[in-house]
Amino acid sequence: MKQYVLQRFIQMIIILFGTSFIIFFLFAMLPGDYIDSNLSLTPERAQELKALYGLDQPMLQRYFTWLGNVFQGNLGYSLKHQESVTSLLNKYVWNSFIVALLALFLTWTIALLTGVLSAIKQYSLLDGIVTFFVFAAMSFPSFFISLLFIKWFGVDLKILPVGGMIDTGSNSTGFAYILEVGKHMILPVTILTLLSIGSLTRYFRTGMLEVIRQDYIRTARAKGLKESVVIFKHALKNAILPVITLLAFELPGLFSGAIIMEQIFNWPGVGRIQLESVSFRDYPVLMAFTLFLSCLTIIGNFLADVTYAAVDPRIRLK
Amino acid sequence: MLSEALLEVKNLETNFYTEEGVVKAVNNVSFSIGEQETVCIVGESGCGKSITSLSIMQLIPESGKIENGEVNFAGRNLLEMSKKEINRLRGNDIGMIFQEPMTSLNPVYTIGQQMIEPLQEHLLLSRKDAYKKAQELITLLGIPNSEKIINMYPHELSGGMLQRIMIGIAISCNPRLIIADEPTTALDVTIQAQILDILRDIKKELNTSILLITHDLGVVAEMADYVIVMYAGKIVERGPVMEMYTNPQHPYTKGLLKAKPLIGERKESLFTIAGQVPNLAELSDSCYFADRCEHRMDICLKKHPELKETSANHSVSCYLYEGEAVR
Repeated sequence: MKQYVLQRFIQMIIILFGTSFIIFFLFAMLPGDYIDSNLSLTPERAQELKALYGLDQPMLQRYFTWLGNVFQGNLGYSLKHQESVTSLLNKYVWNSFIVALLALFLTWTIALLTGVLSAIKQYSLLDGIVTFFVFAAMSFPSFFISLLFIKWFGVDLKILPVGGMIDTGSNSTGFAYILEVGKHMILPVTILTLLSIGSLTRYFRTGMLEVIRQDYIRTARAKGLKESVVIFKHALKNAILPVITLLAFELPGLFSGAIIMEQIFNWPGVGRIQLESVSFRDYPVLMAFTLFLSCLTIIGNFLADVTYAAVDPRIRLK
Repeated sequence: MLSEALLEVKNLETNFYTEEGVVKAVNNVSFSIGEQETVCIVGESGCGKSITSLSIMQLIPESGKIENGEVNFAGRNLLEMSKKEINRLRGNDIGMIFQEPMTSLNPVYTIGQQMIEPLQEHLLLSRKDAYKKAQELITLLGIPNSEKIINMYPHELSGGMLQRIMIGIAISCNPRLIIADEPTTALDVTIQAQILDILRDIKKELNTSILLITHDLGVVAEMADYVIVMYAGKIVERGPVMEMYTNPQHPYTKGLLKAKPLIGERKESLFTIAGQVPNLAELSDSCYFADRCEHRMDICLKKHPELKETSANHSVSCYLYEGEAVR
């Protein structure tokens, strides 16, 4: 087990370096940059600025400078926002994170329950209803369902705010502040949950259906165990094994922000920063953020493998 | 019968509803098992042996339904019991062993975790006592290093060992009846013999009855007191084991016995019964064996013969043994 974890860890480090290399070169090879796109600069001034930002040096040298800075925790300097990328991301990423975390928690809890329930009652009325709603929720475009909810709950019923993270001009603190943010989060979280619940429910349902036909489930029943023990102890542990990978892939999703949702609800998240950086060619921000998400993906994968090994004894041995 | 019946199956009918139609997997089957008696059900694949045993435990797959009949165990009809009462019986009064030991144990729990479950559920033992009892069982079944085995996972053990563990689980609560559904089919020959020895020892030690499902006539000869031959969901012949081997009556039973290889006998090829088991979804009114029978008569195509007693405890379902008047 220890050797397995160590092996995967070393692999992870190598992959991380490879990824940083690819990310840097992809961005460096893109034609044009922040300075080129500013037509009001004279060629001399542009040249001066390029020298200032080190853009005139050879690519490989720039890569190592960039990598060296990354190791020191310096992810670069945003050209658009005129502040360091670290502090910029730090300001917005947590706004996205709280929404994503809550949505993730709700999605997984509800999907687990409905998936298992519709599997053990396959083709029943309940299964039909759950399947219908899950597909309906999944099929609505996010902008449509968001606007619909804003109209219903924000405009017609006036029970929830239509957007933003706090009330306009509010300067509440402490518990009142938490309550205020919480109230603003309800709609975005609900919509994110609705959108992602469908596929996950189907995953759990399929996994469960496969498992409850296995011989060992029959054995568990033949031992005279209660049906709840058969389902939640013997079947569920086997059924959730394949879903661990999915959970690992949710890790970067927690920090990546939801571009459309943040736009509609005017939520100060990191998704909007990304979109802006693309249109302004603010490459330091984009590069840093891409690197950050790649790292999370790779770490997520590593965690998935280690978790697998921890829960599935058959993998532990190899 | 050696003594009063422990299990009595009466007119059991289990049907499966499939896209092809209704499959009559168990068709009006009646038999009984006395205390400390070993009853074997034989027949080729797909004749309803396993479904009969699963129907007794009410473990048939969801597309199947027990439509008719009674399963009386120690005087109570299992088919009328509530789920809770059935659960109290399963693994406690009736233990079950399955065909595939490799897939019959949960891959993500240790042997010990799976062995203590019925002990905690039925005998209400504490975790510690249950583990102790599980270790004793493992030793009893002839597996060394019980304290190591108990913390191992199913994939770390061989098929023979796993089947012993399954037997251990089945007998852990001192059941009055053990149902063994082809317990040796997936194992190689030397292991088969060991498993059968274990079953015989257990029967002696715990005074249990055994319902053994098999298609191996060698196993029948070794284990059975009483034999039931099934064909296409119906019992075609049943009788005490000696009778069956010395005086088989149904053409199918005779065919099965002829097809069994004998040690020391040289033959070009083994005898086979021509034809195949009929599709259980498309059964006609005829005797189900009529297509393959060398003694076929006109009446065989009109109606399936009833099971009639020809001598003490020996019944057969064939027109050959009925009076001229019927034919």
